[in-house]
This record gives sequence, structure tokens and C-alpha cells, in this order.
Amino acid sequence: MSHHIVELKELHHTYPDGTVALDGVSFTITHGESVGIIGANGAGKSTLLLHLNGYLAPTSGEIEIGHTPITKETLPEIRRTVGMVFQDPDDQLFMPTVYDDVAFGPFNLGLTPAAVEERVTSALAKVEAGHLRDKPPYHLSGGEKKRVAIATVLSMEPSILVMDEPTNGLDPHARRQLMGLMKDFHHTKIFTSHDLDMVMELCDRVIVLGRGKVKADGTPLEIFSNQQLLTECRLEKPLSMQGCPVCGKN
Amino acid sequence: MSSIDGAILDFKRLDLLAFGDTALHRLDARAKVIVTALFVMLVVSHDRYQLAALFPFVIFPVALIAAGNLPFTYIARKILLLCPFVIVVGIFNPLIDRAILLHLGPFAISGGWLSFFSILTRSILTVGSAFTLLALTGFPAVCRALEQLGMPRPFAIQLLFLYRYIFVLTEEGGRAARARQLRSCGKKGMGIRSFGTLIGNLLLRTWQRAERVHIAMLSRGFDGRFHSGRETKFGRNELVFICGWSIFLLLLRFVDLSQLIGSIFLGRLP
Repeated sequence: MSHHIVELKELHHTYPDGTVALDGVSFTITHGESVGIIGANGAGKSTLLLHLNGYLAPTSGEIEIGHTPITKETLPEIRRTVGMVFQDPDDQLFMPTVYDDVAFGPFNLGLTPAAVEERVTSALAKVEAGHLRDKPPYHLSGGEKKRVAIATVLSMEPSILVMDEPTNGLDPHARRQLMGLMKDFHHTKIFTSHDLDMVMELCDRVIVLGRGKVKADGTPLEIFSNQQLLTECRLEKPLSMQGCPVCGKN
Repeated sequence: MSSIDGAILDFKRLDLLAFGDTALHRLDARAKVIVTALFVMLVVSHDRYQLAALFPFVIFPVALIAAGNLPFTYIARKILLLCPFVIVVGIFNPLIDRAILLHLGPFAISGGWLSFFSILTRSILTVGSAFTLLALTGFPAVCRALEQLGMPRPFAIQLLFLYRYIFVLTEEGGRAARARQLRSCGKKGMGIRSFGTLIGNLLLRTWQRAERVHIAMLSRGFDGRFHSGRETKFGRNELVFICGWSIFLLLLRFVDLSQLIGSIFLGRLP
């Protein structure tokens, strides 16, 4: 399944105002991997994600999705492969009803109305939002919006799921629900987060970004045991790896 | 800022009414749009001193509100909200146009007052019917209907986006204004100048959001065209609705019902 491979080679990105956001980022993510990208605010995480579906073009360096370099011609195919869920669901839900929103992607793929219907029903069932189908997005709660936002991407059946801060602003129950949902997605997952416990639980690989560079790349246990690295990158151990607040034991 | 938040909530209620399930709600949006448009045209087409002939037209919104199970007082309140604007538009008529046109017993009524009340009645009728249409149909369906009836697609999409993001924008604006108010400690803050930057800020944020929405659209394969798999059926019910109301409204327009009823009763008097 080679079309699930994400390969970045010496990626540089400098914004028009001169800010260097990415400064030589290279890594390869293979099929089925679940990768968490962590780092301080302003480390370049969001900029990196926007490169993955070709919204931003690198200043220099290369990105390949499934051995296909991102160019103007390959862009539609790349965007079909990479499903992106944004941080603020209000940005993602722009159609009048939940149904229209989830059907937006499949219609653009040129599917028949019957096939679209099937995709919408199954995507909404996956996120347990079938009952919200005819509601307008501004009548939903934060957690519901987030789930529907994920359904809008799942309905396109992407091979790679990219999420920016998926658990941001969710209550503990909604967060759990979302994590369960992400576990059920068996293709490649890439997400950024400051929710280190979620990273610990869901990822089998963690990439640490700092000032536009890859500072470390390894298993969650390796990364979160390296106290020096964590301090340098303005991070800390996930709560589950810290001592008990009552007895102090790990 | 509770007033802004309250206004939004109140507006959302109008939206929720469209989820009702009466025969009128189920009717194809095009039929309702066509009849409402005809209604508005007929009401507006009356002579400016015409008042009595307008009253029978109230049957249309009232019948729809009753048949659609809509909360009457809620819609009446919405219409009242608009009255101050209408009064501002018409208030100079009585001062300018003082010619006496009508005698009601001992009262002499000038043309200015007559046209002022005519404007008020027309506004209440047209705005009332528009609110009733929205409450029975929902904004997106009205847009789709307009598009099916020949309005250019970009306009329909603009309207939909406007409606979708007006909630997000007012909430954002409300939050910013609340933050300003809380830190100005009951005084005027920095006056009008701080409002300038606040609005500028809001504009920039709107811009950024538009960009993010565009990214979201692109990443789901948007190519400039909107697709909709919705099937709409224009059947017998719709036809009956349009024909029935059109005939009735045209009759009201060209036969002065108030006068007719009046003459039936008054005609018998010596």
C-alpha cells in the first residue's frame, strides 16, 4: 500500500515576512503509522501540516505522498488521499446542514447521489452523529461539531488522516470519545497536539519539532523519558508518567 | 452585550421553527417563495394613500402562521423590532403632506397621516410574510429555491455563506465587545477610538477565517462548483398552493374587499 507513505526531504518554509517556520525538516511516515507531532507554540507544527495537503508550497525541499510529489497537477489526487481536520470546527463546517457538509467532499469526488448517501450515512454512524444529520452546524455543541468535522473528512475515505489539535477544547467525555474514534481509523494518522497524554496513548511514534527543526523522532516512551529534550523544547512528561499527586510515586 | 447574544439566540429560534412538520413545512420551497413574492408585489403596488384595501391582505400571513403552527407572538415581536425604522422613514409625511383627504366623523385626516399608516401597514405585511416564509422553510431552502427559480448560483452561495457565518461573526464581535466593556470599568473606555480598532480587528479576523474556510474547502476537493444531491419535487400540492393563493391574492388586489363588505352592511342603511 505505497500510496500511504508520506516523505519529507529537507523541507524549508519561510513566510513572506521573513519568519522561518520550517528549517530543513525530513522524515518518512509509512503505512498505518500513528504519529504525533509535538512542540512548543510557534515551533512550526501547523505550518508543517499545511504542507501535507499542498496548501502551502515549500520554499525549498520536497514532499511526496505515496511516491507522488506535490505539484499543481497532482494536487486533486493528493487532497483526496490526505484528509485534513482543522483545529476550529467552525472553519470546517461551512454548509447549511450537517448532511450537506459531510456530502460536500464526496460530491466533489464526482460520486453518484446514491454513493454519496451511503458515504454520508456511514461516516456519520462512525462518529455517532447520525441524529444530527439535518441540523445546521451552529446549533451543535463543541464536541458534536468536532465529531461532525471528522465525519466530513472520513466520508472522503482518505488514506492518511491529518488532524490539528484534535482534542482542543473538548470535555473529558468528548475527548475520550474522539480518541476511541481515532483508534478505529486504521490507516496512517498524523496529528499535532499539546495533549501529551493522548499522544502517549494513541501514537506509536512521536516527532518533536523545535524552531522549525526535527529535535527528536522516536517512540513515545523514548521521547517522554528524555527530560533534557523535554525541557529544551518547552514540553513535559504526560500526566500519566508523572508522580501520583498524593504519594509521589510513579 | 447580552442584547447581542440574546438577539442571536432569538434568531436561532426562527431557524429551528423551520424544522416543524406540518403540510406547509413539507411543501416545496419554490411554491412558498413564489406566493410570498407575489404577495409582497401586490401589497407594495397599492396607491400610497390606500389603507383600507391593505387590511384584508393580513389573511395570508395569519393563515400561514396558523396552519404552520408557528408562535404568533414571537413573529409579532420580530416585526415590532423593525417598526422604529419604518416610523423614521414615514414620520415626515404628516408634516409635509397636510391636504385633508378623509373625514372620519369629527376627525379630519390629512394625506400625510394616511400615507404614513399605509407605509406602516405595508411594512408589517411584507416583513411579516417574509418572516413567516423563513419560519416555514428555513434560509438554506429559500436560497436553493431562488437558485432553482433562476437566481445566479454565486449569489445563492454568497447568501448561504453570509447566513452561516453571521452567527460566528456576531459571537466573535460580542466577545470582543464584552472584553472591552469589562475592562473599561463602567466608564466609556477610550470612547469611539477603541471601537475603531475593535472593528478593524474583527475585519482582520474575519479575513483570516475566510482563508481557513477556503483551505478547508480546497482540502475537500472544492473546484468552484457546488453540488447538491437533494431532490426536490414540485407536485400537485405545490400547484394547488400557488394557484389557490394567487387567485385569492389577485382578487384582493383588484376587488376592494373592505369596501365590498362595508357596502354590504352600510348599503342597507338609509
